[in-house]
Amino acid sequence: MENVASLAVLLAFCAAIYALLASVVGRIRRKPFLMVSGERAVYSVWALISIGSGILVYSLLTGDFRFSYVAQHSNHDMPMLYKFAAWWGGQEGSLLFWGWLLSTYSAIVVFTNRHKHRDMMPYVIGILMFVQTFFLLLSNFVVSPFKMLALEGSITAVQDGNGLNPLLQYPAMAIHPPMLYLGYVGFTVPFAFAIASLITRQPGEAWIHTTRRWTLITWLFQSTGVMLGMAWAYHVLGWGGYWGWDPVENASLLPWLSGTAFLHSVMMQEKKGMMKVWNIVLISATFLLCIFGTALTRIGLVSSVHAFAQGPLGKYFISFLSICIAGVVYLIIDRLGYLKSEAELESVISRESSFLFNNLILLASCFAVLWGTLFPVISEAISDEKISLDAAWFNKLMIPIGLFLLVLTGVGPLFAWRRTSWESLRRNFQWPGIASLILVVALFASGVRSFYALISFGFCLFVALTVLMEFYKGGRAIAAKNNMNLLRGTVELTHRNTRRYGGYLVHMGIVLMFVGFTGAAFNKSDVKEMAVGDTLKLGHYDLKMINLTEGEDANKSWHRANVLVSRGGDVLGTLEPEKRFYKASRQGTSEVGVRPRLNEDLYLNFGGMSDDGTRAVIQAYIFPLVSWIWIGGLVLIGGTLVCLVPSKVKMQYARTEVVGITRRYAEVPK
Amino acid sequence: MRKYGKFAVLITVVIAALVWLASTGVSETKTYYKTISEVGQMGDKAFDERLRVAGDVEGGSIQHTHGQVCFTLTQDKRPLKVVYTGTDPLPDTFRDGAQALADGRMGRDGVFHASKIQAKCASKYESKPGNLRSAPAPPINKTT
Repeated sequence: MENVASLAVLLAFCAAIYALLASVVGRIRRKPFLMVSGERAVYSVWALISIGSGILVYSLLTGDFRFSYVAQHSNHDMPMLYKFAAWWGGQEGSLLFWGWLLSTYSAIVVFTNRHKHRDMMPYVIGILMFVQTFFLLLSNFVVSPFKMLALEGSITAVQDGNGLNPLLQYPAMAIHPPMLYLGYVGFTVPFAFAIASLITRQPGEAWIHTTRRWTLITWLFQSTGVMLGMAWAYHVLGWGGYWGWDPVENASLLPWLSGTAFLHSVMMQEKKGMMKVWNIVLISATFLLCIFGTALTRIGLVSSVHAFAQGPLGKYFISFLSICIAGVVYLIIDRLGYLKSEAELESVISRESSFLFNNLILLASCFAVLWGTLFPVISEAISDEKISLDAAWFNKLMIPIGLFLLVLTGVGPLFAWRRTSWESLRRNFQWPGIASLILVVALFASGVRSFYALISFGFCLFVALTVLMEFYKGGRAIAAKNNMNLLRGTVELTHRNTRRYGGYLVHMGIVLMFVGFTGAAFNKSDVKEMAVGDTLKLGHYDLKMINLTEGEDANKSWHRANVLVSRGGDVLGTLEPEKRFYKASRQGTSEVGVRPRLNEDLYLNFGGMSDDGTRAVIQAYIFPLVSWIWIGGLVLIGGTLVCLVPSKVKMQYARTEVVGITRRYAEVPK
Repeated sequence: MRKYGKFAVLITVVIAALVWLASTGVSETKTYYKTISEVGQMGDKAFDERLRVAGDVEGGSIQHTHGQVCFTLTQDKRPLKVVYTGTDPLPDTFRDGAQALADGRMGRDGVFHASKIQAKCASKYESKPGNLRSAPAPPINKTT
């Protein structure tokens, strides 16, 4: 079976190379059959990798411990879900998973475009398969997931495996990596279309229209992945935070930032024909950052708590990245004339300019995060001193950036294209502005002295009000015209232009998340060694240890504390923080006890047992407003889904110049 | 050209502000990576800067005393006594034999005062490449 798997993945490697060559050569020599065979090869790549992956998953589920990968990442007593999740729980498996996702995407792209973009598709396939070849190269020759355990020349099995890293044995964590990977891999598709359109000098913005949904869905996966990661850190790592600016977290944030910038700046190209070079640069940067993010956890460039083991992958990733960068830079410079902008910036207070600053800020933050992440490497190269920057540095920089972005979120969409009149500014921003000022003054009067918190709450209210006013004004107009109630009117409004109003919802989600982030300015915490009967007072909560228990099952053993929570004499319930110890991997994890409420979370972590075994170290925290981060995340996901619904009224945006040359891609070059 | 001037001024202001924030931030929060032997050679300078020291947690050296955790880090057989004074819980991966990173300052008493500890489990499941073929994972006796 292991031979079948290895052979399948090896054949997939050959098929990918064939698909790459057949498509591109077929396109250049104008050989239709060759191109078609290239397309079919894409399907076969998918089928072959699926066979390989299927066998790996099957061995994981059935516990075939002859496979070194299975022995290292699975064990008998692990729940089925985590046995399956072990597919992406380790170095070799996760690279195979990457390759499998890419092949799936490629197959979908080829299928959905089988009658479209005939001119461009061979190059799209070429680029997808180029990336595919790289990952299959790794899976075949560098970190094969199908290595067998052998003792003295014969294949042997171990009795039981080491088990999946217990930190990963958590439901959100089982789906967090696939979400992130779906995001990482997904950006390959718009990248491929962008480059293909550059190679073939496509007129118009075909690549943007075709990949708009791809990009949105990919961005959705990426956002979900990042948020699941935050939720996981909050609920599992037990340090009570959701973001620590760890290199691996940063790696997931980088493509998200540049992808977000891309989502905004393509609108400039669609509607005004501007920023063409910029968009190509952005989508390429996003793709490269995805590869970089994949690499960062694997090549040991910077030390991180949740990196994979260092391996021989570094030089492969660096060569691949260099080749890609060189190719993109060459293509852009060579085709600069084709990327000429069709309009000019006119006014500082205009939609164009707000997009410009949105991009500037997103890119600056992206660059700052990258710089901070790589600072140990950079400083070592320059001064021979390895210097690291910690979370304080990132916060110092990213809080102002985030606040600036927050304001743009509110004002940008309400600026008119080209230039905005003072009258419209006053109409749109007068009341939200006044309301926010009142809020800030009220908060200050009630004793809030944190500068950033005051600013942030003010901005949050401002943006929320501008967004709500948009919905209200539009909804009321439609309701009045069609005799509907306001709610139906608003839904109708959203349905007529899903992109615009879905976008507003996403912005609303961002605002709610900022409310949650700002709550961190008011965190409280305390630590105490508590025996049964001991009490601890934190904020207005009284905590009392009522029981300390221990137990075990086949997979793990645990210590658990029962803590009674009350406030002013009223019992609110019990929390049960727990310390687990996984047997197979001999590693511990914490299960925190959280009492989530909209205004604040009470969060208890079982820090460990004291040396004499009678007292438990309990870390108690109060996190105000944290729930709003998760609520905002859900609103963001909902808003993105709304964006994906086709608009009821087909919007035709009048382009300022050059209309009507986009039909040419229908020609079939055969 | 005047309107481009405005854009240029605005963009420059934004970027300059960020660069200023970033560079002042560096001097406040930078932490030097040092090996244990380098810390020994730093002399008086060691007491001024924030340091990050890596090493293996010596087996049996972890002691919990009231609100503090003391342990010994070793690297190339050089020991360094560390006392952890931070408030955050120690990571679950922190235990005998783990690779740990201690962030903090060197005390004049020769003890390293760490405010943050990061730990990575001694690579048990991710063996170094090359070892894979020759060393199968040891069979684990099930105790249940």
